[in-house]
Amino acid sequence: MNEKLLEIKDYSVTYTTDKVEAHAVNHINLSLNKGEVLGLVGETGAGKTTTALSIIGLLPKYGVKTSGEIIFNGQDLTKIKEKEYRKIRGNDISMIFQDPMTSLNPVFKVGDQIADVIKAHNPKMDQFDVTARVNEIMQMVGIPPERKEEYPHQFSGGMRQRIVIAIAIACNPHLLLADEPTTALDVTIQAQVINMMRELQNKLQTSIILITHDLGIVANFCDKVAIMYAGEIIESGTLEDIFDRSLPHHPYTIGLFESIPNINEKTDRLKPIKGLTPHPSELPEGCKFHPRCPKCMDVCKAGANPELYVDGTHCIQCHLFNNN
Amino acid sequence: MAEEKVMIEAKNLMKYFDTPRGKLHAVDDISFKINKGKTLGVVGESGCGKSTLGRTLIHLLESTGGQIFFDGKDITNATGKEILELRKQMQIIFQDPFSSIDPRMTVSQIIEEPFIIHKTYKSKEEREKRVLELMRTVGLDERYVNTYPHELDGGRRQRIGIARAIALNPSFIVCDEPVSALDVSIQAQILNLLMDLKDDRGFTYMFITHDLSVVKHISDEILVLYLGKMVEKTTSDRLFENPIHPYTRALLSAIPVPELSYKGKNATVMKGEVTSPIDPPPGCRFAARCPIATDRCRKEIPEFREVEENHFVACHYCDGSAYNGINDQYRKDAKGDECIDVNVVF
Repeated sequence: MNEKLLEIKDYSVTYTTDKVEAHAVNHINLSLNKGEVLGLVGETGAGKTTTALSIIGLLPKYGVKTSGEIIFNGQDLTKIKEKEYRKIRGNDISMIFQDPMTSLNPVFKVGDQIADVIKAHNPKMDQFDVTARVNEIMQMVGIPPERKEEYPHQFSGGMRQRIVIAIAIACNPHLLLADEPTTALDVTIQAQVINMMRELQNKLQTSIILITHDLGIVANFCDKVAIMYAGEIIESGTLEDIFDRSLPHHPYTIGLFESIPNINEKTDRLKPIKGLTPHPSELPEGCKFHPRCPKCMDVCKAGANPELYVDGTHCIQCHLFNNN
Repeated sequence: MAEEKVMIEAKNLMKYFDTPRGKLHAVDDISFKINKGKTLGVVGESGCGKSTLGRTLIHLLESTGGQIFFDGKDITNATGKEILELRKQMQIIFQDPFSSIDPRMTVSQIIEEPFIIHKTYKSKEEREKRVLELMRTVGLDERYVNTYPHELDGGRRQRIGIARAIALNPSFIVCDEPVSALDVSIQAQILNLLMDLKDDRGFTYMFITHDLSVVKHISDEILVLYLGKMVEKTTSDRLFENPIHPYTRALLSAIPVPELSYKGKNATVMKGEVTSPIDPPPGCRFAARCPIATDRCRKEIPEFREVEENHFVACHYCDGSAYNGINDQYRKDAKGDECIDVNVVF
């Protein structure tokens, strides 16, 4: 039952330019079982989107160096050819992009855009079946199928995001990568979209990697959580591992939780994390978080990455927990 | 309280835009007062007229109707020189730190510009001294004085926007979603800065946002808008303890809270989306999405009335009877959030 769908092993991505090398993703390890929802949390520039693009094989062709393995359904995705990738992309793995305003083509009818995916992966399907499937999916995401003759600009933000989701789930993928699917939406619409994704997930048993910076959505929707900072996963575990405040945590995770204004209590001042996230081309020595860390020790400032502290499903990459 | 001085007051303020399809009611009959040194939070979904309200208030847009009083003076029809004079006292911090500052000017030029426009200082040296002072106040390192905005990240750019807004020592500042474009850890830094400035210099803020947890943190009073209309207004604590209008309740229940108890809970979902503000139908503008709407709501505009001390609501049914049933329904749907769970007692 706990079948492994995706496993990322020691995977790194480096973007190179004439002058600098930007280490966007550094030696990450991740695994995801069938039917699970993983929340990938981090701030701008933490490497969340690069990780997702790696899984779906959409990294730019040039100026990128990768290492490590991405094993999906027993197949190493870093080794396969583009031709084979095209069969997987949109069919087994698909992605919901952040901005519903720009990820749809403005000059095609939305129904045709959904049909495109289906036709691409089922070239022999006849037009009648394709139309039937389009209608079915539109119904699933809560848009009346009559509206398939309309263009993206005729829909509101929330509706457009539903269409993007419809395209992503059109071929019943095993893995759905959702890159900040609700960031561009209002709270009430966000609630609608999250509820809808939850229902779909229950119905289709798709695994989802939800990329977000909103810990509230993670608490609401995910089974597992991985927190990224400067291209590394600094803490990961089940939702309970991460959100149980009585357990030990990485100082960055604690900082992240404390910098959110809490709706249930009134505080005078927030507790922000001092400093800024480092640029991926100028990562500090030692632990990447040490210049901002309130508990920084001498060992943190140089040398290799801290070892992983493991407690069951809960992993933390920090020297604080490795003293003995 | 009588001794509290009203800083800014809007009376039946209106702002309509002409569009090819009719009149767009962006701000419709809005009245409020902000006392000196206080913060009014304005919340609502995108397109509800929050930003238009802020801009109309400080004369970046001409109002269509109603009156604005600043420091006791009617400034509704201020023109030319008067507006320039007002700008020294009312400023705005914009939402997007990427597009609200000129990419071709250096940090010092941006912060210095208000002094040049208002001819505050005679010599360049004085201006430069003041720029450095301001940069220190907002937490910008002096070495950035000659850099261009594109070299800085969002948080620092927003600090430039804040420095520019406070340069002339205004008494009233409209903060138009100043943190929504920033990461959470940076957002907390900027919110703290705004609150420190308020304590030090006694600024009065109008804080526009769509993020209810931020608004609770920073405001004394909160005004909820829906499609250009006032929906509910009360103190910050009261709004979260006892939200009355169905829209406010739905808004509160839709906030995802980062706590374990929220796992897998469905938020109360409102059906539909915001309807068009162009030539809106008569009656309550929320009626199309409201779970307790009746025929009366579709025909008659609800009055914005005081239902308890300093708690105003625009709803026909905030007086008990119709609420009993709806409360149960909310309790069932809600995520167990206590602010939804309270009983409305009248």
